Amino acid sequence: MIRTEEVLLNVGPQHPSTHGVFRLVLTLDGEVITNAEPVIGYLHRGTEKIAENLQFTQIIPYTDRMDYVSAMTNNYVLVHAVETMMGIEIPERAEYLRVLAMELNRVASHLLWWGTYILDFGATSPLLYAFREREMILNLLNELSGARLTFNYMRVGGVKWDAPEGWLEKVRDFVPYMRKMLDGYHQLVSGNEIFLSRTKNVGTYTKEDALNYSLSGVNLRSTGVKWDLRKDEPYSIYDRFDFDVVTRDGGDAFARYECRLAEIEESLKIIEQAVEQFPEEGPIMAKVPKIIKPPKGEAFVRIEGSRGEIGCYIASDGKKEPYRLKFRRPSFYNLQILPKLLKGQNISNLISILGAIDIVLGEVDG
Amino acid sequence: MDLNLEFLSQEEMEEVRRNIFFAKLDEVKGWARSASLWPMTFGLACCAIEMMGTSSAHYDIERFGTFYRNSPRQSDVMIVSGTVTKKMAPTVRRLYDQMAEPKWVVAMGSCATAGGPYIKSYSVVKGVDQIVPVDVYIPGCPPNPAALIYGINKLKEKIRYEAKTGKKVI
Amino acid sequence: MSGDKDLERLKKEAVAKAKAEAAAKRKAKELAAQGASEEAPADKSSGDTADDLAKKKAEAVAKAKAAAAAKRKAKELAAQGANEEAPADESSGDTADDLAKKKAEAVAKAKAAAAAKRKAKELAEQGASEEAPADESSGDTVDDLAKKKAAAVAKAKAAAAAKRKAKELAEQGASEEAPADESSGDTVDELAKKKAAAVAKAKAAAAAKRKAMGQAEGGDEGDDLAKKKAAAVAKAKAAAAAKKKAAEGGSGSGDDAKAKAIAAAKAKAAAAARAKAGKGAATEEPTEPKQPSPNQKYLDKYVEIIKKHLGEEVLEDSYINNLSKDVPTLVAKREAYYKIAEFLKFNESLGFDYLSEIHGSDFETHMEVYAHLYSYKNKQSVALKVKLDREQPEIESVARLWAGADWPECEAYDLLGIRFTGHPNLRRIMLGEEWIGYPLRKDYEPYDVEV
Repeated sequence: MIRTEEVLLNVGPQHPSTHGVFRLVLTLDGEVITNAEPVIGYLHRGTEKIAENLQFTQIIPYTDRMDYVSAMTNNYVLVHAVETMMGIEIPERAEYLRVLAMELNRVASHLLWWGTYILDFGATSPLLYAFREREMILNLLNELSGARLTFNYMRVGGVKWDAPEGWLEKVRDFVPYMRKMLDGYHQLVSGNEIFLSRTKNVGTYTKEDALNYSLSGVNLRSTGVKWDLRKDEPYSIYDRFDFDVVTRDGGDAFARYECRLAEIEESLKIIEQAVEQFPEEGPIMAKVPKIIKPPKGEAFVRIEGSRGEIGCYIASDGKKEPYRLKFRRPSFYNLQILPKLLKGQNISNLISILGAIDIVLGEVDG
Repeated sequence: MDLNLEFLSQEEMEEVRRNIFFAKLDEVKGWARSASLWPMTFGLACCAIEMMGTSSAHYDIERFGTFYRNSPRQSDVMIVSGTVTKKMAPTVRRLYDQMAEPKWVVAMGSCATAGGPYIKSYSVVKGVDQIVPVDVYIPGCPPNPAALIYGINKLKEKIRYEAKTGKKVI
Repeated sequence: MSGDKDLERLKKEAVAKAKAEAAAKRKAKELAAQGASEEAPADKSSGDTADDLAKKKAEAVAKAKAAAAAKRKAKELAAQGANEEAPADESSGDTADDLAKKKAEAVAKAKAAAAAKRKAKELAEQGASEEAPADESSGDTVDDLAKKKAAAVAKAKAAAAAKRKAKELAEQGASEEAPADESSGDTVDELAKKKAAAVAKAKAAAAAKRKAMGQAEGGDEGDDLAKKKAAAVAKAKAAAAAKKKAAEGGSGSGDDAKAKAIAAAKAKAAAAARAKAGKGAATEEPTEPKQPSPNQKYLDKYVEIIKKHLGEEVLEDSYINNLSKDVPTLVAKREAYYKIAEFLKFNESLGFDYLSEIHGSDFETHMEVYAHLYSYKNKQSVALKVKLDREQPEIESVARLWAGADWPECEAYDLLGIRFTGHPNLRRIMLGEEWIGYPLRKDYEPYDVEV
């Protein structure tokens, strides 16, 4: 029997598989992780403090940079919070544009995750496929908002730009194309022996754990909890669309993989229906004051982002700046379970487990 | 060294003129370096996503001999892609020190250039040039992949120019 | 518009010459003598010029010129006929808006205003035949005054100024009321713009001149002004001010003013109307729901169960937060916070098994911890709040109840300095242990020198 000493291993903050500036201090016994200590804050930029000196419209760009992979949903949570406080009715057309933008962005976000997750296992080509499709979505969003990543598209009361001519047709054409590609992804990766053996029964947790650790989004649904704020606390116009809340029972990395790919499918359904129902005419901005001053008080709203539940808390003292602005950032909450998952695992599973949680460090660190 | 070319025929001389050229060793070095810049995969924030986009399907920066390496030891360009916080700054410096000479730094995006939208933040370093010497600044928030390619081409130009003239471009 | 161009040219020339106030006066008189038929084009030009000026902001001119210009304007306006009353009212509404803006910005422009006043006074002193010009000037002065006040003072004063204006206007002959009002409104609008843009006074002066020239077209001006106003701010205030003005003003002008005030944003500019509507909706919303919220029964239930099990004294307050999708909100007493949290999680009929969000806030008088809980069993939310002493913010950690509270509590500790007792690993999660101070506190001063 060979006795080995415990080894401290530092992973990150510069590490290609941590998806950003995330650091883990691992204690290893041989190849087995006995303790994992996450260190975050390498991208803490103080958004909430900056926001206290900005008007609401000026804060929207900062929400883009929080979860930069899925900026539209972040845009939405802020404007939704303000609109909830002020009781603003959003014009139909703006709602549809918002939903289209958010769902397209959700697809793009899951694609990015899919590509990089497989890349972490050492397969380079899926990344290229994922980015090919993602690039198309970015072009669509670029036409809509004028930016590829940090859209700054939504405003309190509506959206900034109307859909350019021919845009809806492009979106309509994209949906079947993406479906076809999704089949290809499944053929390429989902049945791959190596991939399966690296994800099945890896990083498993139960439903109770998931709830206890405040997980949300796919991380929660992969344990069988049928919970999607789009369905269960409908906001915007999500109650008009027919789509399923995807759940899996495995609770392991592979369940999360399946959930995400199936969610792309569901998002495509929503996009398809939204394009069909899209109102021909109408304003894209509600009647809102030039300077937005929510009434005195506080509000907390939550929506379903690409990574889980994004919340926005605003405490207003009736001024044009928020008194306190706080975002519930799903990645921050989701990542908490990592040390628990890593304990006792083989070190090679680290990448698989961390990747499956799908974190964005801008969101973890705020 | 004297080169005796007298025994060559007229045709052969033509050939030589067409196929052989003379250059300073420095210029050759500069040319070789500039043609294969290996940046480090070093994502900090939003810009890192665009940096990934640069190396992926549509933009494919590897066409230009720019190939991402995961280790600072193997790379000669550090693309600082995103907001550098005060907590991250020592690590950035350390990574820079770990790179072998010659090395260059590209500050990608307005955060790395001067703090960008986070200029008023309590925890952000206002410009990575306070930590490491920067060769090329790329504006944008985030810069589009084409802008990053342009920035890297600028760096190549700079390397060749410095090799040719011996002057330091600041 | 060729007319505009001409006007601008005229203005420029005027400016050059203008330094002498006398010249300005003369102009004004001449203008007054002119018929009412020319008014319309003039107004248009004024509106356009005003916009242009705002844009131009960049240039900084001498205040003297501005003053001179203002005088000239005033005179010209006075000269205009009575049929323009309606626009005048509009302008008054506009002015109120502008004033509000001005106040908020509290700028150096006050000086310019002072100059304008002086001018106005001089004008007023002129003979009775010149009343119209005098009125105009008075309107201008009022605006100027308002600005000054704004810079220094509360809006109340601004309103007073507006009133004074109105009175002056009312006192003026009925025939002259309209032009005077218009001019005042115009100037006000312009001023507002200037302020907002934080512009040099010079521009204002130029604008004023142009306006004066353009006066005649009351209707157009009104629209432009309204728009500007809308863009400007606090329309509600403006409307109120306008009303006051109207009331104070003479019977004829007063009615007009009122009508305008009431119509306020709507009639003038769609933009203004929208803004108002938005505001109205916002303000009405909280007051409206007198009928109990659909969540009231849940709140009652929670409160009842908690009181039954934990005693009457554990809750400081409980209410439905109408701003936040009617979430039942419980404010716990500091000592009972953990007990209540525990109870909310483990009680059979409550079962809040999911912690959606927990964070702290610094409210200067106290600290607050806000937790948003969700029960998957009952599909219900509740918000739990607790107020802490700001000097010694300390509270039991709920990380033992919901493991998900671990990092958020660390974050609150890191950024606000709230100590969570019983937390498994309380550390400065974001900034690191060496950081000095708590950045999200309102009185945070960075320790390290910025480079």
